[in-house]
Amino acid sequence: MKLSRQALGAVAALTVAACLSTACSNDDNSGSSDAAGGTYTIWDPYPQFDDSSDWVKLLQKCGTDAGVTVKRTGYDTTDLTNKALLAAQQSNSPDVLIVDNPVVSTLAEAGVLTSTDETKLDTSAVEPNLLAAGQSGGKTYGVPIGANTLALYYNKKVLDAAKVDPAAIKDWASLTAALAKVTAAGKKGITFSAIGTEEGSFQFLPWFWGSGAQLTQLDSPQAVSALTLWTDWLKQKYAPNSVLNNTQTTSWQEFATGDYAFAENGTWQLANAQKAGFAYGIIAIPSSAGGTAPAPTGGEFVTAPVQSDTKRYPASTKLISCLTSADNAYTTDTTLSYIAATDAVQAKQVAATPDLKVWVDAVKAAKGRTSDDLGTKYPKISEPLWTAFQAALSGSKSPQDALAAAQSTAAAATR
Amino acid sequence: MTVTHDVPARSEVASAAPERAPARRNRQLAAWAFLAPIVVYLFAFYAYPLYRNLDLSLRNYTVRSFVRGDAPFSGLANYTKVFHDPTFGPALLHTVVFTGVSLVFQFSIGMALAVFFAQSFRLSATLRALFLVPWLLPLIVSASTWSWLLNSDSGVVNAALHAAGVEPVNWLTSPQWALTSVIIANIWIGIPFNLVVLYSGLRAVPAEIYEAAALDGATGWATFRRITFPLLRPVSAITLLLGLVYTLKVFDIIWIMTKGGPTDASTTFATWSYRLSFGNLLPAFGPGAAVGNLLIIMALIFGLLYIRIQRRQQP
Repeated sequence: MKLSRQALGAVAALTVAACLSTACSNDDNSGSSDAAGGTYTIWDPYPQFDDSSDWVKLLQKCGTDAGVTVKRTGYDTTDLTNKALLAAQQSNSPDVLIVDNPVVSTLAEAGVLTSTDETKLDTSAVEPNLLAAGQSGGKTYGVPIGANTLALYYNKKVLDAAKVDPAAIKDWASLTAALAKVTAAGKKGITFSAIGTEEGSFQFLPWFWGSGAQLTQLDSPQAVSALTLWTDWLKQKYAPNSVLNNTQTTSWQEFATGDYAFAENGTWQLANAQKAGFAYGIIAIPSSAGGTAPAPTGGEFVTAPVQSDTKRYPASTKLISCLTSADNAYTTDTTLSYIAATDAVQAKQVAATPDLKVWVDAVKAAKGRTSDDLGTKYPKISEPLWTAFQAALSGSKSPQDALAAAQSTAAAATR
Repeated sequence: MTVTHDVPARSEVASAAPERAPARRNRQLAAWAFLAPIVVYLFAFYAYPLYRNLDLSLRNYTVRSFVRGDAPFSGLANYTKVFHDPTFGPALLHTVVFTGVSLVFQFSIGMALAVFFAQSFRLSATLRALFLVPWLLPLIVSASTWSWLLNSDSGVVNAALHAAGVEPVNWLTSPQWALTSVIIANIWIGIPFNLVVLYSGLRAVPAEIYEAAALDGATGWATFRRITFPLLRPVSAITLLLGLVYTLKVFDIIWIMTKGGPTDASTTFATWSYRLSFGNLLPAFGPGAAVGNLLIIMALIFGLLYIRIQRRQQP
């Protein structure tokens, strides 16, 4: 009796030790398990959807069609990059990973993702400007599930009171003039997010690109003019000082108070705009000289991470094709309030909801942050960029000095 | 005790000599089995993460080599990089100022409140409980509340300043005020801890000493300076040390309120380390771990200092 109890204790201790050293995790995750049939894991950044949602039902249905069982986990989008990297480190990647588009090139660089050459995915229908965010070194690393981008929401009542015609806003000069009129009428001008994170860079890029500046030259005169536009808005009180700390959500909350004439925000706020309780409209973000400025594309890519067992790829390909097929993409993009990535589905969306026209145009003019073969250089440029606009907006540096410093940091980091 | 036990043991040994060695081995095995959980726990949750962090900081990690686990050993390159980073100077200064100013105010306000509550009066227990609220609230709640209070345009604080005819202040978004704002929030959060520990320290001071002092004609301030403070010295030392360790690694308040910005105006080592490792689409694990290790070393130095002072006080 005494001996067996000791043995039991030792066994228990050893099990704990063994578990800790080899990580007693769910082994059914991927890789080693059976190829045909079996369980396929999908990770997505939509934790807001539970098992009863259309999105998860679609995943299950695609699994059934491909003859496999789908095990889905939703992660917070900021969490997903590190989760994916850690999983790859432990050879424990999911079969299908749905991930924010600027992250695709980072994961591809890490060797985590398969290219469409390997998985035989057809991407010919996808709009080239959207697909570019997932391309590097001549290879494509996934299929966009849909896209979103930025435009200007306006409050009709505020504009009417200040006698501003939104249709007349075609360039920066007319926008600034409109802001001046609105402020003179006692209302607030524009709100956006200039927070010191990727979110801030995302919001600054339409103005940056709209000036004609390139991400490879942060201190060009065009870039300085874009940052000067923002800084002057703050100085003239056309934009609140809180933009420095605004996320896109808090910026939206400011607009929802009904005091602001304009808000720079994304497609995903459409549902909230209808609930705001005032008449609103949407115009494209104007570029410096006139016309629509290229806004950065948002939205996720469906990717297939590398597996040790390549026999798993055909089923993964079936799953991805199913998720991005025209009918399913239409449903998914409607649920997510996204614009589809293919011309055909975009046309269908506009036919169903004519309001989406302005967004479809914006998406067509949009540009991926990691496009132009910037790939993993983009994060090293984006961080100096947000540091620069934070410095200029908070008044600690002039736009010229801030961007010159950003350029030298970015040049050193991407050399 | 030993004698009574030894006698049957010896007779056992005499009658069954061959069993002696296995019995001892069994006992040793049992001892190790009982020790195993804590040893395994310490290794898995303390030694290994520390080792891993050290290893991360000594290798040149890219996303690719992170996944493959073949990052080349780069010696102290990450540390050199961190030391020469333009953020290093400001981050060090902010860490020192943030920790120092927070500790001074937390401790002195906590001490004042503890002395105040030590004279039991009506409702003192209720009031004391109310002072614990900042400690009980989840940090995300209190930090978000502060961030809303101090908002430049819609914040309550600026509304009050405006009503008083004072120019509004950009608490969180101006380089001059951002660090001050996070320090104020951190002091508010740290007061309850100091209050509770110092208050319980005060209760341990015998009442007779105060009576004797009162008979000798000591007034309020003299009593505090000559009796309360010296007798509270050991409690104060541990309060300050724990406060120091907590404050050095404060991350959530700063990150929620200012993200360490604008630019680097409120960046400390803790937020800088996080920003390097997770704040960018392209993580820089090596330098991030290096900054984290610098923080550990800072806390360790003060811990050792504390142990030394304590040894000297108790010969």
